[in-house]
Amino acid sequence: MKRDEAIPVMEGAVCPVPLAHDVTVVMGHGSGGRMTHDLVQRRFQRVLGNPALEQGDDAAVLRLPQAAGRLAITTDAHIVAPLFFPGGDIGRLAVCGTVNDLAVMGAHPLWLTASFILEEGLPLATLDRVIESMRVAAEEAGVAIVAGDTKVAERGKADGLFISTAGVGWVPEGREASGRLARPGDAVLVSGPLGDHGIAVLEARGGLGLASDIVSDVAPIHGLVEALFEACRQVHVLRDPTRGGLATTLNEIARQSSVGIELDESAIPVRPAVQSACELLGMDPLYVANEGRLVAIIAAAEAEAALQALRRTRYGEGAVRIGRVLADPAGRVLMRTAIGGTRLVDMLAGEMLPRIC
Amino acid sequence: MCLAVPGKIMEIYDRDGLRMGRLDFGGVLREACLTYVPEAQVGDYGIVHVGFVLNLLSESEAQATLETLRQIVDFEDGLPGGGEPA
Amino acid sequence: MKHLDEYRQAHLVQGILEDLRRRVTRPWVIMEICGGQTHSIVRHGLDQLLPEAIELVHGPGCPVCVTSLELIDKAQAIAARPEVIFASYGDMLRVPGSGRDLFAVRAAGGDVRVVYSPLDAVRLAQENPGRQVVFFAIGFETTAPANVMSVLQARALGLRNYSVLVSHVCVPPAMHAILGSPHNRVQGFLAAGHVCTVMGYHEYEPIAARYGVPIVVTGFEPLDLVQGIRLTVEQLESGRAEVENAYARAVTREGNAAAQQVIGQVFEICDRNWRGIGRIPASGWRLRPEYAEFDAEQRFEVQALRSEESPLCIAGQILQGLRRPADCRAFGGPCTPEHPLGATMVSSEGACAAYYRYGRSA
Repeated sequence: MKRDEAIPVMEGAVCPVPLAHDVTVVMGHGSGGRMTHDLVQRRFQRVLGNPALEQGDDAAVLRLPQAAGRLAITTDAHIVAPLFFPGGDIGRLAVCGTVNDLAVMGAHPLWLTASFILEEGLPLATLDRVIESMRVAAEEAGVAIVAGDTKVAERGKADGLFISTAGVGWVPEGREASGRLARPGDAVLVSGPLGDHGIAVLEARGGLGLASDIVSDVAPIHGLVEALFEACRQVHVLRDPTRGGLATTLNEIARQSSVGIELDESAIPVRPAVQSACELLGMDPLYVANEGRLVAIIAAAEAEAALQALRRTRYGEGAVRIGRVLADPAGRVLMRTAIGGTRLVDMLAGEMLPRIC
Repeated sequence: MCLAVPGKIMEIYDRDGLRMGRLDFGGVLREACLTYVPEAQVGDYGIVHVGFVLNLLSESEAQATLETLRQIVDFEDGLPGGGEPA
Repeated sequence: MKHLDEYRQAHLVQGILEDLRRRVTRPWVIMEICGGQTHSIVRHGLDQLLPEAIELVHGPGCPVCVTSLELIDKAQAIAARPEVIFASYGDMLRVPGSGRDLFAVRAAGGDVRVVYSPLDAVRLAQENPGRQVVFFAIGFETTAPANVMSVLQARALGLRNYSVLVSHVCVPPAMHAILGSPHNRVQGFLAAGHVCTVMGYHEYEPIAARYGVPIVVTGFEPLDLVQGIRLTVEQLESGRAEVENAYARAVTREGNAAAQQVIGQVFEICDRNWRGIGRIPASGWRLRPEYAEFDAEQRFEVQALRSEESPLCIAGQILQGLRRPADCRAFGGPCTPEHPLGATMVSSEGACAAYYRYGRSA
């Protein structure tokens, strides 16, 4: 285009890339979305890769020599601000997050370990509350916290309290659930409304000035998994859609299984207040974190039985069918919108921020 | 360009000399500045952008618009090959 | 939510689409000015439901997209200063400047905070008297009432540690630029409903008359959008070129007079560089000299860095409706939402980002 008073023209001519995101850690690397994936794949898996790690599921499932069943092992780190939020706290989050990563592999969660990084100056009463919360959550989940460690970081070098956990569970023979096993024709189920945890924490942070009665969904979901395996024979994929939300989780599954997934927008459960908070902030509940929800991909013939079984469990009362697995387009998630259109549902890109203008 | 959402004014008060309101956005409460809508009263709906009520929503205009649209759709539904009611 | 859910009823949307299909007799090119509308159209899959004869092109109404590279670079330079708390709307953090974005500034130690409202930034200044709080006051007409009020409030509170980095732009000059271009293809406009909430729509009447284009003030929900498109097509098919209001529940012809008065008190008209488009005369607002003490550019004396765009990026042509995101050879390759080359890929309102996110590349 030529320069002309009347015709706006392109600016400049030099490439602004690369951005510094390849040089330093930014918050988006912790979002659970694509930046997190790239970090894990390009840095961790590339260097530390082995067949168990490369499965890319929530826990590794390993066979012990001369033992019945298999072992599931997972590890998880927990950072949350504030430490206490409506419906939970970092302690409950640490226990449930670890238990859920085991449960979605079909494992009976058995043992947890926990390492604590404590910031100098943290009130011990705060720590006591967190420990008590972990006791309650572990009891509910039927796990024992069998080992631990504590380190103290200088003031300003840790945000109050970080918890790092490991979990071990036992997978009975015959249970095969993995992100690689979704098949065309399967039904996609979710155990309850989406986005409660993420919005509850965002509100509790206070900076956005929002107030509602939304509480986090943080909960152990091993009971839902047990109910599914009792009711169904063809449980193909189980996941807990945490950071990055349902959209990111389903994208992971679509890629791992090389299938397409189609969602019905009008079937996706979102509480009105969560939907409203998302409208206000320009966010999409599909990308908001959950900490006590289960996504299940199951043979369509068993979908009704699965829903009934889920609805009889604590935390599974709101289970619904939200979509189906397709052969094409492989690796992609589509949505039939409420007004009858179709769109792609991508992974979360970087950090999710309020969209204002 | 501009994300603005409707909220219902629940409470009106002054803060630092500005007329402010607490608004209910479908179950989520948030403060917004009412300085540009001096006529606002509790119970009114405002359209809110970055914490400011830009205008009050007209209930009568909203009803009129929806009525017009319903009439068009009813007419379409009556035509051969028209849409089926959902 | 009341006043939102009513405008998402599938049956009504489909009925209006049906009426629209009957009306269209030939191809029409319609631009939705506002990036929020672009986002809504793709999010609801509305683009696929329209008659093929109707081509929607996405306009320059995304403040994140059009904020000039020079100002982004200035923002980063200010945000990196140790005494500064830099407050911004969330979207601006990811916009690339010449070398980096505000996330990277934060990772390097800058105190960058996301605020929901400019009044939250004023409160930060009250709570941190020992720090300089700088608010990145971007936006179109919709955001101006909020941004100017933060300046007035800082003055009323006697705050010496609050300033704004202003990048305000206005819709009508951009429409003149688009319609005046010899390459223009746009035959009708959906005017941005929330801009009109503040400014009214009388400013568009001379534009409709001069260029012979229908302009329909349109809201953001699927039903609002199909009705806006339907009214535009109705005008086009009958050879009319008028300004119509399809968003009457929120918009009046005169707009919000109180807001306009305060904008005029604090801002004056200036030329602006639109990122990717270039300089448009009298297309923006800046602080009046009486408010110079609140001008972050003066307070921090940021030298204009050499600011240059990627040669691959065609954001400017996309913002003018001359080309589509899929026409760009960088789209989805070197340019993704994680590594945006141009502003239209950065904001969730940007046409490229909306296309990428909702799978419109194929």
